[in-house]
Amino acid sequence: MPTQQRVLILFAHPSLHRSEVNRQLLEASRHRDNVTLVDLYREYPTYLIDIEREQQRLRDHDVIVFMFPLYWYSTPSILKEWQDLVLEYGFAYGQDGTALHGKAFLCVLSAGGAEKAYHADGYNHFTIRELLQPLEQTASLTGMRYLPPFALFGARTAAEEGRVGDHVARWRRLLDALTEGNLAADLPDDALTINPYVDSLLEKRA
Amino acid sequence: MTAIFIQAFIYLCAAVVMVPLAKRLGLGSVLGYLIAGVIIGPLTGLVGQETTTIQHFAEFGVVMMLFLVGLELQPATLWEMRNRLFGLGGLQVLLTALVISAIALALGQQWRTAVAIGLMFSLSSTAIVLQTFNEKGLSKTEGGRSAFSVLLFQDIAVIPMLALLPLLALPALQAGAGDAAHGPDHQQTISLVAGLPNWAAALVVLLSITGLVIAGHFLSRPLFRYVAESGLREAFTAAALMLVIGIAALMSLVGLSPALGTFLAGVVLANSEFRHELEADIEPFKGLLLGLFFITVGAGINFDILSANLTTVVGLAVGLMILKALLLFGLAILFGVHASDRWLFTLSLAQAGEFGFVLLTYAVGQHVLDNALAQLLSMVVALSMFLTPALFILFEKIIQPRYRQQESGPQTSTVDELGPVIIAGIGRFGQVVNRLLIANQIPTVVLDYKASQVDTLRKINIKSYYGDAGRSELLHTAGIDDARLLVIAIDDRTRAVEMVKHVKHAHPHVEVLVRAYDRGHHYELNDAGADYVISEVYNSALQMGGEVLQRLGIHPFQAEQLKQHFTRAEHSFFEELFHSWRNEGENVGFDHQYRQLFIKFQEQLTAMMQQSPDDRHSGAERGWTPPPKDYTKEIG
Repeated sequence: MPTQQRVLILFAHPSLHRSEVNRQLLEASRHRDNVTLVDLYREYPTYLIDIEREQQRLRDHDVIVFMFPLYWYSTPSILKEWQDLVLEYGFAYGQDGTALHGKAFLCVLSAGGAEKAYHADGYNHFTIRELLQPLEQTASLTGMRYLPPFALFGARTAAEEGRVGDHVARWRRLLDALTEGNLAADLPDDALTINPYVDSLLEKRA
Repeated sequence: MTAIFIQAFIYLCAAVVMVPLAKRLGLGSVLGYLIAGVIIGPLTGLVGQETTTIQHFAEFGVVMMLFLVGLELQPATLWEMRNRLFGLGGLQVLLTALVISAIALALGQQWRTAVAIGLMFSLSSTAIVLQTFNEKGLSKTEGGRSAFSVLLFQDIAVIPMLALLPLLALPALQAGAGDAAHGPDHQQTISLVAGLPNWAAALVVLLSITGLVIAGHFLSRPLFRYVAESGLREAFTAAALMLVIGIAALMSLVGLSPALGTFLAGVVLANSEFRHELEADIEPFKGLLLGLFFITVGAGINFDILSANLTTVVGLAVGLMILKALLLFGLAILFGVHASDRWLFTLSLAQAGEFGFVLLTYAVGQHVLDNALAQLLSMVVALSMFLTPALFILFEKIIQPRYRQQESGPQTSTVDELGPVIIAGIGRFGQVVNRLLIANQIPTVVLDYKASQVDTLRKINIKSYYGDAGRSELLHTAGIDDARLLVIAIDDRTRAVEMVKHVKHAHPHVEVLVRAYDRGHHYELNDAGADYVISEVYNSALQMGGEVLQRLGIHPFQAEQLKQHFTRAEHSFFEELFHSWRNEGENVGFDHQYRQLFIKFQEQLTAMMQQSPDDRHSGAERGWTPPPKDYTKEIG
């Protein structure tokens, strides 16, 4: 029986005024019930992250989302700083470190390369799923269910090619499914991305 | 003397009672003054004959108003207006005068009289219109600017009209009056150009204007700086008044309109660093004089003549306004004034104006009109002025909302001036703030009371103005009404606190950011309602402390973190210390209890900074902490 899930979105983009994709995702996530949106660069312009507050936010939510543009096959630096400081021993792992157990974890990201570049034969040599393995393992160690990433490839030209609108619409649907606790059990855990399953998640709900 | 006191009291009393009432009822201050005038004049008879004399004196308010308008207009802006000024303004005066003359002729007036009536009714009321624009924030709209062009042209046109009127004198009246009855204006006139041949008169006029512009540009600054350096506010006010009155006198001497002269002087000084202070000084005089002028218009309404010719006067006034409005509407279409601006333009200028009175008096003196007709016509002028505020209300309540719906969203015509940041005090502190903002293309208005400081800054192209930022009038002219933010960085501590109180009270929409001198000042500013307070040396002292830590061998990154944690801990104590300070009562000091608290916090702070980095329950502040040495055993 699905119940209302509280979703925490940790958003990281260091120059929002130049953003073409993530800003739209950010706007689409505002003012929604059961969704808390944190613009990390806005809240911590000097990187002085309030560990206590961030840990409380994690406790208060069921689904943790990292929303970011992929930089050098990883998150922008403030999200890494956030992980280093907030996911403390005794909180997220180790003795009594069970605060995150049972939560779900999702990366929502935009990547510059085309989808086929993220492949053993492509110039990036690894799939996006493989490149995000540090985060997948973090989720694993902290006891969270790792969801396949929600990704937009070829992000630098997405606006010109008119792909952003569809992507944002799909993100709204996925966010609906997340807040409604409607993640179907038959979502294959090893999928490369969650993108192709968003529509079917919704059909099941209907 | 007693009589003067009583009179002044009656006028002031009427204004004090009626104007706020009219404003509260949404009628605007002009109507309030007019009604006040009617009450003390024709209704109760408290004031009588002297109103005409007072009116001549009060017309000086119009002169001051045009000086202020000039101050707001850069010469370049005036140049851009030239098409509208002469095209729109010229056509308005010409067409209105022609049509009204024709109608007067058709109503059986002689052609000379008809022409005179056409001329004086073609003019509108600069006083009412500009005052109302100001009050309702319509000056910057397209309709407001167009109306202003027309008013300015009318002002210029008065001069040739005054020259023309004697030529229209009626032989019958002239003969009847005999040689004793020269107009009062005529006798009092002192003139530099009287009796000169035309070419010489023209030369004198030209020289006066050139002299005015050159002196305004080159001499006014040293003069104002000299006065400003004395630090006496009233000396500066005197200088400002001297300037305006002096120009008015010069213009009268050479037979030009004083209003036009002061307007030109205003334009010349529009770029000056003393602009805002001049505005702040002249503004109250202008306001009072204009108010007085409106009262005299109301008081001058003669109920006997009005009731005897009620239908004629009302009919003529309404007819006149409809006619003028039709012509204005047509011109607005011709000159591409759109939508709600077209209506503003049409409705605002449909009345006859104060220059109508002037011309009427003059025309009687020059035997162009007989007295009875002049009195009747002056009732028409007064009534049309009386009806104008009603038209503004019509515009504001019915027409504007309709267009606002159509245009959906904020009016584009009013956004050409972005709400600026005002910086009060441009010493070492304010300069850095200002440079950061300017470098990022954020418009600022900078105020400082040291003329030499302003001078230096102007030399390095920082747009700054002389004036005491603690004065509410100066803040007003600097644009506090439209400002988003006010940065206060003045040295006078008490004054800074007063400023915060005043601005937070009078302009709650403006965020106030203040530099505090020390801890006590910081609390006082907080107490006064400042939105953000920063202690002036805190950050540089902290920076210095961090440098010391580094030089003692502490890793720069760790030193940086220690500094940041120190600041955070300080913040966490702030509320409690502030309340303790506040509870000490108003003797504003740091008494025993506060000192105890301060010592306690200093100890806590030390304890917090000393804690071992491994202890994860170390209070609020921590950076990255390593897990225990043997943590991998638990995870495996």
